Amino acid sequence: MTTERRTARRAGSGLAGAALRWSVFLVVVGFWQFATTLIPEDYVPYFPPPSTIARTLYETWFSGPASHGFLTPTAIDDLLPSLGRLLGGWSLAAVVSIPVGVALGRSRHAIEYVQPLIHFARSIPATTLIPVFVVLFRFSTTMRVSVIVFGVVWPILLNAIEGARQVEPAQLDIARVFKLSRQARLWLIVVPAAAPRIFAGLRISLSLSIILMVTSELVGATDGIGFFLSNAKKGFELPEMWSAIVLLGIVGYVLNTTLLLAERRILGWQYDAEENR
Amino acid sequence: MTNPPAKIPVVVVRSFRKARSAAGPLLRGFVGVAVLLLAGEVIGRAGLVDRSYLPPTSTVLAHAGRLLTDGGFLRDIAFTLGGWSAGLLIASAIAVPAGVLLGSLPVVDSAARVLVEFLRPIPAVALVPLVLLVVSDQGEMERLLAAYAATWPILINTIYGAGAVDPLARDMARCFGLSRPAILMWVWLPSVAPFVATGVRLASSVALIVTISTELISGGGGAGLGQFVFDASGDPGGAAQVFAAVLVIGALGLLLDTGLRYGERTAFRWHFERLGEPA
Repeated sequence: MTTERRTARRAGSGLAGAALRWSVFLVVVGFWQFATTLIPEDYVPYFPPPSTIARTLYETWFSGPASHGFLTPTAIDDLLPSLGRLLGGWSLAAVVSIPVGVALGRSRHAIEYVQPLIHFARSIPATTLIPVFVVLFRFSTTMRVSVIVFGVVWPILLNAIEGARQVEPAQLDIARVFKLSRQARLWLIVVPAAAPRIFAGLRISLSLSIILMVTSELVGATDGIGFFLSNAKKGFELPEMWSAIVLLGIVGYVLNTTLLLAERRILGWQYDAEENR
Repeated sequence: MTNPPAKIPVVVVRSFRKARSAAGPLLRGFVGVAVLLLAGEVIGRAGLVDRSYLPPTSTVLAHAGRLLTDGGFLRDIAFTLGGWSAGLLIASAIAVPAGVLLGSLPVVDSAARVLVEFLRPIPAVALVPLVLLVVSDQGEMERLLAAYAATWPILINTIYGAGAVDPLARDMARCFGLSRPAILMWVWLPSVAPFVATGVRLASSVALIVTISTELISGGGGAGLGQFVFDASGDPGGAAQVFAAVLVIGALGLLLDTGLRYGERTAFRWHFERLGEPA
């Protein structure tokens, strides 16, 4: 986790870094463009040059009217429902597992009752449960959100438990000496101490929820990016397919960056403390 | 009257207490599992939910037992594990040298990070439709996708490990006139290997998810655990079969993870001790 955090901080260091990063990006895309001209004839349709992909990306998703935020009807029909399920499932999982995780982390025995179950449930690849949820909820949004929730609950839960466990006992003792209420101890000591781990869990689960979102939409969906992908495959529309893949990369990148920014805003005090140490 | 009840020797009491406090977590864990299984049985039998949706625990366990002795199912397990291990091997073969190279050259490193950051969020399963068109063989497809997904955790951890090589040790080795291969072998390897192992463990669960998902999505005609679950879910009375398979898959995942974790801890005990974590 610390690796990523450090990277993120290094990334934020100045315009020179940003310029370097984007120039590298452009060079690689240029190389990719060149490489597509060298592909053997049989495979040419499968690997369109990035310029074609970029144009398709713009035309398919972002060439809409300004009143719709430049989103095309396709984007409104497929991208927005996907994002809704993704963020809905992810935040639902967070709302459930953060309080439960903190509570479990603070109790000595409750955790022992559920630990084997948590470890087992975490080991089940969440996509395997798609058929189970299909049986329970048919091909509905409930099914897709359930898959996301079930898959991402565990990293958040485990990290919240770990975070709540690592509270300095001395700090709690001091709080008790000063007669802080239970409530105050929770909000002033336990939650801030657990927050970095909770954010780490949130970040892991965010990228996991993108995977689960797409997978759940590849089976029996009527809208969503996954649905768009499988449709494009049926129609042999490869540039469209590539545009959806790149779009997923953009969605992942944007969401991750946003979360990192939020984390640095909220946990800024902690990084300062670490730096002064 | 004042006769105390039969005295139990202190030693016995102490050892009993010790055993109880050691067995406590284990016992409570068992209680937790038992309560869940019992709840599953009661809910399944009470008819709260349709039995064909949520079969009682005993039925599921019986199915799971039967599956583990079923040749076809064992072949599915072998097929999935084949895809998983091949993906992991390919990923390691690519990501470890690349990670060492990137981690040792700061300039290349920051450049490569950009690419990694753009490529990593693309979920491997999103490539399934594309790869389905290009590659027709299911085994080859899942090896390819598992390798793609497994590359990132290994690469990132290796880069981090290569960055953590002690510069003092490196310079000292050079002062002593050690050859390049020797420095690689005696300075870099011990420093990087624990990080690689962590990366491989993380990649292992990713590779398993991708392998099973690929089998699940790619549709009919294939083999593997994902295919099995997919087929079973199509059966009208297949719910018990699906739950049993999910149980086995969960156990398999847990087994792989525990095994790799154990291997990591034993092989690199010194590394974890240095970090101050309990080995």
